[in-house]
Amino acid sequence: MSKDILKLTCRGLRDSIAKGETKSSDAVSAVFAQIEEHDAKIGAFISTFKEEALKKAKEIDEKISKGKPVGSLAGVPIAVKDNMCTTFGTTTCASKILENFRSPYNATVIEKLLAADAVIIGKTNLDEFAMGSSTENSGLKKTVNPRDPSRVPGGSSGGSAAAVAAKMCFAALGSDTGGSIRQPASFCGVAGLKPTYGRVSRYGLVAYGSSLDQIGPLAQNVADCALLLNVIAGHDEKDSTSIDEKTAPIVNWLEKIDQPAAGLKIAVVPQLFEGADSEVVNAIKGAIEVYKRNGAEVIEIKMPHFEYAIAAYYLIATAEASSNLARYDGVHYGYRTKNPADYVEVYSKSRNEAFGQEVKRRIMLGTYALSSGYYDAYYLKALKVRNLIRGDFTAAFERADCIIMPTSPTTAFKIGEKTADPLQMYLSDVYTIAVNLAGVPAISIPCGFDKNNLPIGLQIIASTFQEEKLLRIARMFEREIK
Amino acid sequence: MADIEHNIVIGLEIHVQLCTKTKMFCGCELIFAAEPNSRVCPVCLGLPGALPVMNKQAVEFAMLTACALNCKIAEFTKWDRKSYYYPDLPKNYQISQYDLPIGSNGFIGIPLADGKTKRIRIRRVHLEEDAGKNIHSEGNFSKVDLNRAGTPLLEIVTEPDINSAEEVRLLAIELQRIVRFLGVSEADMQKGHMRFEPNVNLHIRKDNNEYKTPITEIKNLNSFKALEKSVAFEVRRQLDEFLESGRVMQSGNKKTFGWDDIREVTVLQREKEEAHDYRYFPDPDLVPVVVNEKRLNEIKAELCELPLKMQSRFVSDYGLSDYDASVLTADRATAEFFDDAVKAGGDAKKLCNLITQTGLKIANEKNCKVSKLGISPGQLAVLAQMVEQGMISATASVTVFEKMTQSNDSPQQIAESLNLLQKSDEGELEKIVDEVIAVNSQAVEDAKSGDKKSKKAHGFLMGQVMQKTKGTANPQVVAKILNSKLGKGI
Amino acid sequence: MEQRKNMGQKKIDIEQVKQVAKLARLALSEAEIAQFATQLSAILEYVEKLNRLDTADVEPLAHCLPINNCLREDRMKPSLGTEKTLANAPQKDEQFFLVPKILEEPGGF
Repeated sequence: MSKDILKLTCRGLRDSIAKGETKSSDAVSAVFAQIEEHDAKIGAFISTFKEEALKKAKEIDEKISKGKPVGSLAGVPIAVKDNMCTTFGTTTCASKILENFRSPYNATVIEKLLAADAVIIGKTNLDEFAMGSSTENSGLKKTVNPRDPSRVPGGSSGGSAAAVAAKMCFAALGSDTGGSIRQPASFCGVAGLKPTYGRVSRYGLVAYGSSLDQIGPLAQNVADCALLLNVIAGHDEKDSTSIDEKTAPIVNWLEKIDQPAAGLKIAVVPQLFEGADSEVVNAIKGAIEVYKRNGAEVIEIKMPHFEYAIAAYYLIATAEASSNLARYDGVHYGYRTKNPADYVEVYSKSRNEAFGQEVKRRIMLGTYALSSGYYDAYYLKALKVRNLIRGDFTAAFERADCIIMPTSPTTAFKIGEKTADPLQMYLSDVYTIAVNLAGVPAISIPCGFDKNNLPIGLQIIASTFQEEKLLRIARMFEREIK
Repeated sequence: MADIEHNIVIGLEIHVQLCTKTKMFCGCELIFAAEPNSRVCPVCLGLPGALPVMNKQAVEFAMLTACALNCKIAEFTKWDRKSYYYPDLPKNYQISQYDLPIGSNGFIGIPLADGKTKRIRIRRVHLEEDAGKNIHSEGNFSKVDLNRAGTPLLEIVTEPDINSAEEVRLLAIELQRIVRFLGVSEADMQKGHMRFEPNVNLHIRKDNNEYKTPITEIKNLNSFKALEKSVAFEVRRQLDEFLESGRVMQSGNKKTFGWDDIREVTVLQREKEEAHDYRYFPDPDLVPVVVNEKRLNEIKAELCELPLKMQSRFVSDYGLSDYDASVLTADRATAEFFDDAVKAGGDAKKLCNLITQTGLKIANEKNCKVSKLGISPGQLAVLAQMVEQGMISATASVTVFEKMTQSNDSPQQIAESLNLLQKSDEGELEKIVDEVIAVNSQAVEDAKSGDKKSKKAHGFLMGQVMQKTKGTANPQVVAKILNSKLGKGI
Repeated sequence: MEQRKNMGQKKIDIEQVKQVAKLARLALSEAEIAQFATQLSAILEYVEKLNRLDTADVEPLAHCLPINNCLREDRMKPSLGTEKTLANAPQKDEQFFLVPKILEEPGGF
């Protein structure tokens, strides 16, 4: 019975619970059975809350049986990336420096999930402070790809993607700064949406690259992503960078999701295919054919500044990160080194002992890019190139409704394959990173498998605040291949 | 002995704590002497995931002040992160403003002792957040209190246009007066609402050559007196040092000295060998502030008449002395109270005396402003007129004033009920004088004599008249009558 | 000898790495410093490609958002209270965060 529950989608479960046909308690028990059976191998969760989850599930079940009103996600087990603050459990960011940190406040998205009566079952693993593309940089544990345990789940939201793929939750929240929702979604064969910058509140999301970070859903399909977006999106007065609802009205993103986009115009950037594996290219091209068969017009465009996105990103994101992570100093919270000789050592030893290598590397790079004498050449230059990159997207969206390209140049790579050379790891972000620099929304959905049965991700990108169109376009393809 | 002249060159950096209700980026209450760490939230604690949201009142106070300092207001202004590590700075960066401050290129006029006004140019005015407090206890640990972290601070930087220790003090006092007038800060130095850091050096002419001594920054000044004394001390010290070592200003040899208030000396704290690399960059968590012309005009319209202007007006229009005008304009409520009373018909000089000699004393005792004593400007004007017309003596007016703070009765009613109304009618008083003269022939003779007994005799006769009138005779009128009848006794 | 080969000339040398580590408050080991010198040089070499673009007339884009003037009313909100504020502190007493004695001025090290 519990396995049948796991076949339901997030929306399906939500509807079934609301109708009283399924008990939330059974759904929660089912996912915990999965966790107990599989997570020792997969390692998706840093912490879980079985007792509290079952208690909440029971409360929801009682409310529903009494006909009382409940929220739009009532009783649905959801996982949350461990860089979002919760008053329950710890918020570690997969770092030794916050290993025992208990937040006194909930992130806004957590408050929204709770208000929607979702059941938050656990916090998932990530690359430390969301810095990475494989979850191998986690300072606390290892996560593997549920499809092939010798391979990475992707990153930095690897834990969330693996949890959804292995049915250890019905949907999860991740965060995306350079591709960290979309790439693991593509590696694990699930859907992952990065909303427009400003669409979802960042209050309570532990900052990495503040002008790039966005929270978004990972789920089994497009409709589930829309359902989650309905819950988490919206202006937050506690976040100065969250968009007001006059500029970007809130829509029910589920409502018209099955309505195809008529007269769809898709832009494709042929030069980008050169960097991808042939199987990936074929899958993407196949997807484009599916759209064509359904009446879409496909145009070829150039995005001349696209190839500079990685360079610009690794200056801007690291500069912001070096500043955002300055607060981890062993003084007011977090790890403090044992026996510091003086207060100077409290800072430099605590940080050096508790930060992992990738985090240190990015802090160093970012500090350098902002330092006196180098600011203009690096940070400022990168901000100017960012403007040019955004210009490429603006020009593209004047001619098309969306841009289609691979999510990643490869399928899930082997554990340890790219860890020797940091630059190699960075270069694998080639298709996702420009999107964050421009602030536009993008989604990755499964579009096939390679010869090793590893999932391939199709990335669809739309213009600012056009999530509605984006989701409908994604749904069009998903419907065709199912 | 070599021919030496020197000019003193001083620039001042001032931090003013704004009196908003809440902190700059969060809703924590701003309150003096709260329990340590009791006014702290995720934002000002710098917890992971916390985000700043700018306080509208702080921005408006900053713009108002920049306007009052005749600055150009930036149409587009933004917030920058200034990075450095210190335990009272939880994020290890301070949100401040770097290249686009709210105000720039302004000036302030300071009233000098000789009555002239000196103009000091203001380089910039910007907003930033304050850090918490480190308390250095005995033992091996320092304690950190974050209640103050996130308090809105206005930083004002002058050009080095100040040329003496006294001018520095006058500038500080004038700035305090201005921000209090505007209502943007309580500016109480004891509570740390205003902090001053003078930058001092000397331009020396020796043997027809020009030398500049290294610049010194002075910290730890807790009063205007300390400000003046420390600058004076520094000037002497720099001159001595130059005469001894000939050391001149070079890039990188600016020093920081702390003022020791007990020993009254400056103490070297740190040689600023290398400038700090603050790595300023635009804060990605905050959006810029854009001020259009309409809004700017609205802000300018909110500007009250500034204290120096009001002080000058009191001197030129009301004939007050510079000193008296400065006392009345020490704070806005008192200045406006006085101004309103004059406009209600009171004699300016009499009102000035009433307020400065009596009103301020009573207000001080009651720990409130003169305007809040329960006397309206109109009523005070009436009282002043009563004194001006001789209806009551100046002494009596003090009593009436005090009573007015306790009751709603008019000054006339109070004076009447206390029998303080003076007789000033010459005819009536002349009759009484005649009666007194008639029965005091010896005193009259002494008074007329013009020798040293005369003055005493006049006084005696005056006393007799006062006795007969039960103290209600107007002494000036009586003296006039006596003098005309007996000749001046003095 | 081919001195013009990039291999010999690092974009960032050991001394610079040490300076940056000091700014970033990271007590790196000698081995880490050496490794970062190599890795950061490679990354900085890569980002050089940005210089191929002429950006003389391009504005820097710090924000993707089309908004300004996000301001809040000066209204009080509840604070955490001393206990919650100190809850995660590595060292504290009943009222304060505790650090080893501070001897110098801010940023003095």
